[in-house]
Amino acid sequence: MMQPAVDFVRRGATRAVHTWRASLQVRVAITTLVLSGVVVLLLGVVVLEQVRSGLLQAKTRTSLSQLDFGLQHATEQFNAIGDSQSVESTAGQLAQQLAGRGADAQSYGIALLPTGGGELASGGDINARASIPTSLQRAISREDREAWSYARITHADGSTEPGLVVGGPVQTEAADYQIYYLFPLRQESQTLSLVERTMLFSGIGIVLLLVAIAALVTRQVVRPVRQAAATAERLAAGRLRDRMAVHGEDDLASLAQSFNRMAETVEKQISQLRELSRVQRRFVADVSHELRTPITTIRMAADVLHDAREDLPPELARSAELLQNQLDRFESLLGDLLEISRHDAGAAVLEAEPVDLRSVVLHVLESEAPLAARHSCVLDSSLPDAPVVVEADSRRIQRVLRNLVSNAIEHAEGQPVEVRLRAGDGGVAVTVRDHGRGLRPGEAALVFGRFWRADPARARTSGGSGLGLSIALEDARLHGGYLQAWGEPGHGSVFRLTLPWHAGGAIGEPPLALEPDPESSTAEGVAGA
Amino acid sequence: MVVDDDPALAEMLGIVLRTEGFEPSFVADGDRALAAFRATKPDLVLLDLMLPGIDGIDVCRQIRAESGTPIVMLTARGDTVDVVLGLESGADDYIVKPFKPKELVARMRARLRHNEGPTGETLTVGDLTIDVPGHVVSRGQEHIPLTPLEFDLLTALARKPGQVFTREHLLEQVWGYRHAADTRLVNVHVQRLRAKIERDPERPEIVLTVRGVGYKAGPT
Repeated sequence: MMQPAVDFVRRGATRAVHTWRASLQVRVAITTLVLSGVVVLLLGVVVLEQVRSGLLQAKTRTSLSQLDFGLQHATEQFNAIGDSQSVESTAGQLAQQLAGRGADAQSYGIALLPTGGGELASGGDINARASIPTSLQRAISREDREAWSYARITHADGSTEPGLVVGGPVQTEAADYQIYYLFPLRQESQTLSLVERTMLFSGIGIVLLLVAIAALVTRQVVRPVRQAAATAERLAAGRLRDRMAVHGEDDLASLAQSFNRMAETVEKQISQLRELSRVQRRFVADVSHELRTPITTIRMAADVLHDAREDLPPELARSAELLQNQLDRFESLLGDLLEISRHDAGAAVLEAEPVDLRSVVLHVLESEAPLAARHSCVLDSSLPDAPVVVEADSRRIQRVLRNLVSNAIEHAEGQPVEVRLRAGDGGVAVTVRDHGRGLRPGEAALVFGRFWRADPARARTSGGSGLGLSIALEDARLHGGYLQAWGEPGHGSVFRLTLPWHAGGAIGEPPLALEPDPESSTAEGVAGA
Repeated sequence: MVVDDDPALAEMLGIVLRTEGFEPSFVADGDRALAAFRATKPDLVLLDLMLPGIDGIDVCRQIRAESGTPIVMLTARGDTVDVVLGLESGADDYIVKPFKPKELVARMRARLRHNEGPTGETLTVGDLTIDVPGHVVSRGQEHIPLTPLEFDLLTALARKPGQVFTREHLLEQVWGYRHAADTRLVNVHVQRLRAKIERDPERPEIVLTVRGVGYKAGPT
């Protein structure tokens, strides 16, 4: 039952922590809030204490001066007592007189207490007996002089409030009394609470103002920083011409300037590099083209010689044969070089149209049959019954598959090569499996490298240029698909081409597994792009 | 006729072609190509795409403008753009350098051979009438001029109306390729053919595309 609430709190806390970490502005504002709150609180406490003690001191002073007057008056009255008057009644009259001296009867109370104990005479609506602290009575009796104390004053109706009680002894021949003035501190406490309220509200106001100021100031600093971050982001995304706006001449402006200088340098460097690589690729393409015309002539000449080799002496005949074979290799190398330079230059164009991949696979198998026969290798194929119509460049797909199949045949060591085609929701996959020597650990990542060869020793016997798989990889990428390799020593290897249904479309789970048999092999050596 | 600016290649082509029984004539630049074409009236033109003066594509257009003589282009680039541009300007076939002489000769022979049907054969497809021996295609009284290749393509499709031909099949039948290399050849020529014979090339009624497979002749 509590779980949702706990989760909610946890999520809230996580978000708060994230905001704290992420936003400098929030951090500064909160720090300002806490620190200024503490400072204002301390200040408030000190000021309040000052005001309170000031008020009370003033009250005590006026109270004592009033007591002095009362004591003097009482002394006169008691001295004037005639025989006809009792001390008690004089005390009663005196209490009424002194109480009447106040601006209004409520403002303070008077009590006359015989020192030895006895009937109390009081004036005002204050319950004097309950209000005068006994400690004060004792102190006055003992030291025989004026004294004061804070106390809770009890009114006649039973209500109490904080107050100040001052008292002093009156000693005449006729009587020995203590006179007490009981001052309620109502007004002072009202003043004090007004001050308290004022200080509380102004304190809160000041703290909020400080937070707002801090947020504003931080914003001024943070905004250019954020702008710099955004600009850096855009630069990183490849928009090299983006710059920061420079305002004024302050530190932030110099940040913007430095930033812009950096961006400029980066842009210059990158465009230089781009230009260099463009020139280089262009050069490769041009060289390849320029070579073609003379090679055509050589090729034709070689062919003429080759056709006439039966009429030539054996050495010349063999030379013609070698010339012919090496020209084949040279041509395929040149073709591959041109193709890869086209991919590098981004000049490769995808001519996608709907094509039934089964016919492409069959066509490739047919054209590779003579090679398979030479290697006494059986080509097995497994194709779906229904057409697999994919939007693809059939020329490129053919080239990829021909490359994979001829590679497999050359590495199959006479064992069968299996070609499987499967369609699924996520795309289409073709796997080419051989049972040859396989790939050593780590080699699966290397096979797509340019001019990489599995075994340098037997490198030159096979006809490939060493660029075939690199081109195949580029061709697969051009379709938005990928090409992957798997292999284990002694278990042969698998190459899988995965294509989306539509060129450049998304690919889900490939319909064919890359590893041939999960229990006999681990996932080791999977690589590709 | 060979139009090529590289003297060594031209000479070598001469040797090979003469061995194969052709009688080649040579032109070394594009400016003089059309005049030479008019003067010699060759059976076939081998045309290098990159020429000094007018380039191969323009020469191709000039020749095509006044004759249906087969044109085979020699190109150093197998790039799509170049090839398609060449084919669209009117070339019947192309061969990418470096090529094998036998392949070149095979293609030339394929272009020079005519698909002869039974005498007096007349085909109809849509509202077109094809007089096969007379090499004439007409809509009503109006004659539609086609190059021999376009004519062969149309005839191949029209002989079996409704049957779907794959691009590979058409390459073999019309161009005479054993191992079909490039289906762009078919695409471009079908477009050129449509431009000539269809009422609205955007919505073909005679040569129809079968998605993912190939083409067929429309309902007769």
